Amino acid sequence: MSTAVADIPHGTPAESSRVNYLNANYGIRSWLLTTDHKRIALLYLASITLMFFVGGAFAVLMRLHLIEPQGALVEPDTYNKLFTMHGVIMIFFFLIPSIPATLGNFLVPMMIGARDLAFPRLNLLSWYIYIVGSIFTLYAAITGGLDTGWTFYTPYSSTYSHTQVVPVALGVFITGFSSILTGLNFVVTIHKMRAPGLTWFRLPLFIWAMYATSIIFILGTPVIAITIFLLGLERLLHIGIFDPAIGGDPILFQHLFWFYSHPAVYIMILPGMGVMSELVTCFSRKRIFGYSFVAFSSMAIAVISFLVWGHHMFVTGQSIYAGLIFSALSFLVAIPSAIKVFNWTATLYKGSISYQAPMLYALGFIGLFTMGGLTGLFLASLATDVHLNGTYFIVAHFHYIMVGGAVMAYLGGIHFWWPKITGRLYPDGWARFAALIIFVGFNLTFFPQFMLGYLGMPRRYAVYPAEFQVLNVMSSAGASILGVGYLIPLIYLIWSMRYGPVAGPNPWKAKGLEWETSSPPPTENFEEIPVVTEEAYDYANPNLGVPRV
Amino acid sequence: MDQQHEAGNLGMWVFLVTEIMFFGGLFACYTIYRALHLEAFETGSRLLEVQFGAANTAVLIGSSLTMALAIHAAQAGKRKSHIIFYLILTMILGALFLGLKFTFEWHHDYIEHLVPGFGFAYTGPYAPGVEMFFCFYFFMTGLHALHMIVGLGVLTVLTIMAARGRFSAEYYYPLEVSGLYWHFVDIVWIFLFPLLYLIGGRYAMGGGH
Amino acid sequence: MSGHIVPVRIYLGVFLALLALTALTTAVAFYDLGKWNTVAALAIAVTKMLLVILFFMHLKYSSGLTRLILLAGFFWFALLVALTLSDELTRNWTPPPGPWSALLPFLHRLIL
Repeated sequence: MSTAVADIPHGTPAESSRVNYLNANYGIRSWLLTTDHKRIALLYLASITLMFFVGGAFAVLMRLHLIEPQGALVEPDTYNKLFTMHGVIMIFFFLIPSIPATLGNFLVPMMIGARDLAFPRLNLLSWYIYIVGSIFTLYAAITGGLDTGWTFYTPYSSTYSHTQVVPVALGVFITGFSSILTGLNFVVTIHKMRAPGLTWFRLPLFIWAMYATSIIFILGTPVIAITIFLLGLERLLHIGIFDPAIGGDPILFQHLFWFYSHPAVYIMILPGMGVMSELVTCFSRKRIFGYSFVAFSSMAIAVISFLVWGHHMFVTGQSIYAGLIFSALSFLVAIPSAIKVFNWTATLYKGSISYQAPMLYALGFIGLFTMGGLTGLFLASLATDVHLNGTYFIVAHFHYIMVGGAVMAYLGGIHFWWPKITGRLYPDGWARFAALIIFVGFNLTFFPQFMLGYLGMPRRYAVYPAEFQVLNVMSSAGASILGVGYLIPLIYLIWSMRYGPVAGPNPWKAKGLEWETSSPPPTENFEEIPVVTEEAYDYANPNLGVPRV
Repeated sequence: MDQQHEAGNLGMWVFLVTEIMFFGGLFACYTIYRALHLEAFETGSRLLEVQFGAANTAVLIGSSLTMALAIHAAQAGKRKSHIIFYLILTMILGALFLGLKFTFEWHHDYIEHLVPGFGFAYTGPYAPGVEMFFCFYFFMTGLHALHMIVGLGVLTVLTIMAARGRFSAEYYYPLEVSGLYWHFVDIVWIFLFPLLYLIGGRYAMGGGH
Repeated sequence: MSGHIVPVRIYLGVFLALLALTALTTAVAFYDLGKWNTVAALAIAVTKMLLVILFFMHLKYSSGLTRLILLAGFFWFALLVALTLSDELTRNWTPPPGPWSALLPFLHRLIL
């Protein structure tokens, strides 16, 4: 049975005027000096939304340029800067912080029945660090940009590029500490601040996903920090450890870079998988199938993700024996992801499914993430990777996972928890329309790129052979639809903050401690710390979402 | 022990793990290049002055002792002057370490033209590899020194807090958590000393493996 | 983690042991033991590290969680080194040297 918007329980106007974290204090200082995890989450939401559209603008320029085989818009040197800045901004300033810094910051304390994170001031500091890093990167973007690719490979980045390597590297270096502090905060909070009765195996799977992501933040980010640091030193001193003149190995840079950057892609997808478990259960009115499998697979992904980085280097001159090891391990890392997809699908089976916007995003995720993941196997295999590396196949593969997967999960989560965060309902009709537009636009943009890659079109090229034009034009057309699709939620979500119907504490009738307090929550989250007695996702239990406030 | 104390401790240990990976990247590169260019690294290592490295190691070990004693003084409810005494002693030893390093070692190396990027001019055997070795020497000891300077800053704050009577047998966890950081910096040096100063061996030159 | 107060004499004992080990590692460097020089230096450094961690940093009196976290840190560092070395040291292995060449037919079937 599907539930129309009219059936979603609304809150009374009195509920929206009660004191909550949004109206507890007024004035810009109360926001910029807040230590409330919920306000910090909103600070992050505003910042990363801005960065998303900046990164998106670079993508728009790229797709416009690629309408013609000889390039329609910019010089090749400028094109190099476009794809580099698109990558740097989208990866480091949008995807990596996205769900952890917004939904994670907002929900982790609430889902475990705590009043805040373990280190609220470190949380605020991490946002300021993110802002400083963003400023350096945006400064670099407007003063000449960077053309090395987001991967900063030496020796081009250390010696030969004449672009703003150091400011961008500095921006990325600084922002890395924002991630580290967030991860540290989450790990300590989840270990030490769970409500009474909330054992590990009663935790929402979103928390397991945040925990696994935090492990990667903690163990991986410092390595890219030192790598970027060394790159900066080599660029400034004109001597360094990647310099072949003194026996250095440029490939060593790649080892260090990918040691973080591969687990980083799991930083980008694991939180989305956490959101998925919440959405799929709520909108099928069923408990998750295989809770412990999903929980353990999150941890397995976090661990195994560190063992596979060499698959980015199969054609760089890396030893073939190392290549063999990395290839085998890369096949292994697909298994826990697949386990999750099976469990979500099994959860859907015989569920009572409704198709509100969050569920549309979740269903889109399952299909698109599976495609992205399966195409990853083509790339994990040494032999096929030789053909596909450096082509648009790779571009399509990672966009299916990052955009078709992570961004859709992010949007699904934003919609799902929007009533909790803002106390307002968004217009679900528009939301479903936008979800469909995004789905169509996304596939039209990126499916042709699989074909282009297979046919041999290289990535990061400003020009291409004329026979690829039709597919490129299709891709650019899709990109314009996708762009419109992203603008629609921006408009109605902002609109809803002022004009949307007031939401009650639990408009979706979902399970979870965050739904047992008012929408928006009070600053201290709960009037009394809850005591947990039931398992997660206990949708069979008729006591649904009875608010404690 | 109260929740904030436990959380703070756990948080600092997690932070130290990030530091292990941060220095670890450098140590990993060092391991690889040493494996690939052993003779060059040995040659470079012999150009460092062991006595300063050893003396600095002793200084830093002493500062770890005084730090532990500062925490102990707080735990045992001693008067604040005890805590301040040990904190200042720790800072003096830390500053001594930095002083020895910058004025005797680094300055000396600069005069000998052994600083890559700043007039490096070595004409002995394995010159490119020796330059690589000195890159590692300065990067690793430099990063370590940076962490020491931050540590001195933290100690200054702690001393001020102690002077204001903030610490007691019930509340000393900032000392404990900062102590963990200080000991970690000591441990990094415990590895840097043999890995940088003692590679080539100090037996008769020309003797090989 | 504390609550537990370590007696001063233990701190002093650890301090003296650390100084002694420093003297030892310096002295050993003046003798030619071939590759055992490196082994000795690392073994002594690890011992010193353990003394600092267990006693100065109170790990001996800390929870299993803290020890697990620290262990994870060292393990991950080891992973970084091991897998990177697996590339850097085997680049010129055509064919693989010594006993590794027994794997060659098996590897051929995998690659080709």
